[in-house]
Amino acid sequence: MKKVFINGCGVISAQKTFDNKAFLEEVITYNDRVMPVVNPVYKDFISGGAARRMALGVKMGVVASNLAMQDAQIDSVDAIITGTGMGCLIDSEKFLSKLIDNNEEFLTPTSFIQSTHNTVGGQIALGIQCKGYNFTYVHSGASFESALLDAQLQLSSGEEENILVGGVDENAPHTVKIHQLIGFVKEENTATSSLLESNTSGAIFGEGAGFFALSAKQQESSYAQVIAIETLNTLSKENLEKRIISFLEESGSNVSEIDAVILGNNGDVDFDGYYNLLSEGVFANTQQVYYKHLSGEYNTASSFGFWLGAKVLKTQSIPDVVKLNQKQTSTLKTILLYNQYRGENHSFTLLKQC
Amino acid sequence: MNKGVAITGMGIISAIGNNVEENYNSLISGNKGISRISKIDTVHKNAIMVGEIAFTNKELEQQLGIPPDNNYSRTALLGLVAAKEAMKNANILDVTAYKTGLISATSVGGMDMTEKYYYDYLETDAHRKYIEGHHAGDSTQKIAEELGIKESLVTTISTACSSAANAIMYGARLIKSGKLDRVVVGGADCLSKFTINGFKTLMILSDTYNTPFDENRKGLNLGEAAAFLVLESDALVAKENKKVLAYVKGYGNANDAYHQTASSENGDGATLAMEKALKVANLKPEAIDYINAHGTATGNNDLSEGRAIIRVFKDAVPDFSSTKPYTGHTLAAAGGIEAVYSILALQNNVIFPNLNFTTPMKEFAIRPQVEIKEKELNTVLSNSLGFGGNCSTVIFSK
Repeated sequence: MKKVFINGCGVISAQKTFDNKAFLEEVITYNDRVMPVVNPVYKDFISGGAARRMALGVKMGVVASNLAMQDAQIDSVDAIITGTGMGCLIDSEKFLSKLIDNNEEFLTPTSFIQSTHNTVGGQIALGIQCKGYNFTYVHSGASFESALLDAQLQLSSGEEENILVGGVDENAPHTVKIHQLIGFVKEENTATSSLLESNTSGAIFGEGAGFFALSAKQQESSYAQVIAIETLNTLSKENLEKRIISFLEESGSNVSEIDAVILGNNGDVDFDGYYNLLSEGVFANTQQVYYKHLSGEYNTASSFGFWLGAKVLKTQSIPDVVKLNQKQTSTLKTILLYNQYRGENHSFTLLKQC
Repeated sequence: MNKGVAITGMGIISAIGNNVEENYNSLISGNKGISRISKIDTVHKNAIMVGEIAFTNKELEQQLGIPPDNNYSRTALLGLVAAKEAMKNANILDVTAYKTGLISATSVGGMDMTEKYYYDYLETDAHRKYIEGHHAGDSTQKIAEELGIKESLVTTISTACSSAANAIMYGARLIKSGKLDRVVVGGADCLSKFTINGFKTLMILSDTYNTPFDENRKGLNLGEAAAFLVLESDALVAKENKKVLAYVKGYGNANDAYHQTASSENGDGATLAMEKALKVANLKPEAIDYINAHGTATGNNDLSEGRAIIRVFKDAVPDFSSTKPYTGHTLAAAGGIEAVYSILALQNNVIFPNLNFTTPMKEFAIRPQVEIKEKELNTVLSNSLGFGGNCSTVIFSK
């Protein structure tokens, strides 16, 4: 079995993460129910005409993948694996509202073409002329991890050497509105600086793209090693700790080895209980980290957490703004990520220092 | 020797039948499932033909025993019918006895309900239960729950028309790597105004019966369907003394990297996918006895796929046919239903005819098998090609 390394990152989020030299030195706070992304200059990467045709998600995905490849100093990959929970919402809404408003007449194909779930993966392939394996996973909160697991299987078995893996989701107005109606989005504007104390239902919706150049070959710029990923469609609170312990055991690790745990708390009082079980239980004495006050909640927000883990291991530092507690950590060797969305699609990801 | 990954169960619902047996009977008797649309009130109803499943949602709910206050999309209902048949066919009594996962595929997801209640959601709360059923993973989560698959690997693939083929491919990989002992793989898609109008704007919908590989083909008929296979590890098959229906012998996915919706003229992606699948199967092209082609009957697909087949098989192209004239193009489910048809072909040593074909294409000399043909079949290759340049091939063997 070959090892799997993170060799490059490209992350577009509600923070200025597209600059790989920075590491959350400056943080933007929001007091809202939805967080937008901080956009890079897209036309530095995509021609003006193409950029105008692309919805935000496609642009973010194409540019994030570009940044990840630049960061890894590669100009081609063997495969592209994308995760997106909601797909290309902007173009889906555009096509559907026109369809309804004009009673199925006067429609043009552009937004339909761009609404397909694998548009981002297809456009990345088109841009870098990658004729290799190209998959898109669309499984809510486990979309990014599904893509990651597929990539890990192919890299560790030696089938492929370099794979671009990413998660991307965009907000669209109608979707946000109807998710407010069912309480998935917080009812009141909420300050991101005190997200976990909100004591209210729902999350602050966000959007973003996180792409990573994974490789079976280590290089000087490598961030970290991906050891294992597991996704579970359901998980009861009673079984959470047990499943984490067995995941760590199967990955050749254990709870005492974990130097930091990165949790997906989103300030939803109905579902943060899962994370609290760990932070008050088995990881009470471990350095705890959270990030959705910086990224917002979206189906592939865990790609932001993955980036955070990679960055922490490479820089051997944890920015204060993401610390949930204060623990002494001399060296940071092993990091566990745990995420779930609305009590479903739980994922564990284990990263190690190179 | 690479025997492949064992298939121990299959289930299907399509315009030509509500289970495997009904589908097989229609295939051998040449019964098409293509008609005018009856369940969706679209302005295009007289301009298109579709492969529609006769049951209403209510009838499906009753058959499945789902309470009336459910928030199932039609995609989820169809998927559950097929997945349950596959589990029963594999004779699985205790799903928790082995590490069992589910990989489903869809392109439409819950769009049928979203398009129905899009503005209604804003006005009243009567149908808001469907809002969380919109995303593509929802039908998969529901199917997993109904099958009793808990705390396990469950995911969804959406790569347009190659989705279910990719679900089969990923499932096979998960069994081979030992991540799972057993996995249910396949896909489901229902008809929707969204897809009807989308394909309409692309001007690739035929106003009559679709005619794959015919010079005068006018485009595709959309269809709805669901199909699932059960894949099991060799160890499990041996331990439980399971009956094996066929094997997933090889698979390959490649990207055309040519255009968001159109296939390249010479079928680069499809060629690569077939070559990869042959390599994984460790087979030479001449070992393929029958190709179940993607053959959607659009001008672009059939030319591109035909050229790719010639590139791979040279002057020894095996018998091939497209079964889309029976079912219509069922999008994300297509790779699943054609997997079931490939297995039926292997089990019964029969090649299903490419219906509606009259005039050979002028670009090449190959022509599809138009009559039902009995022949010893050991290996069948199935293609699924989709938007985003996504090209997939799965090889099945006895």
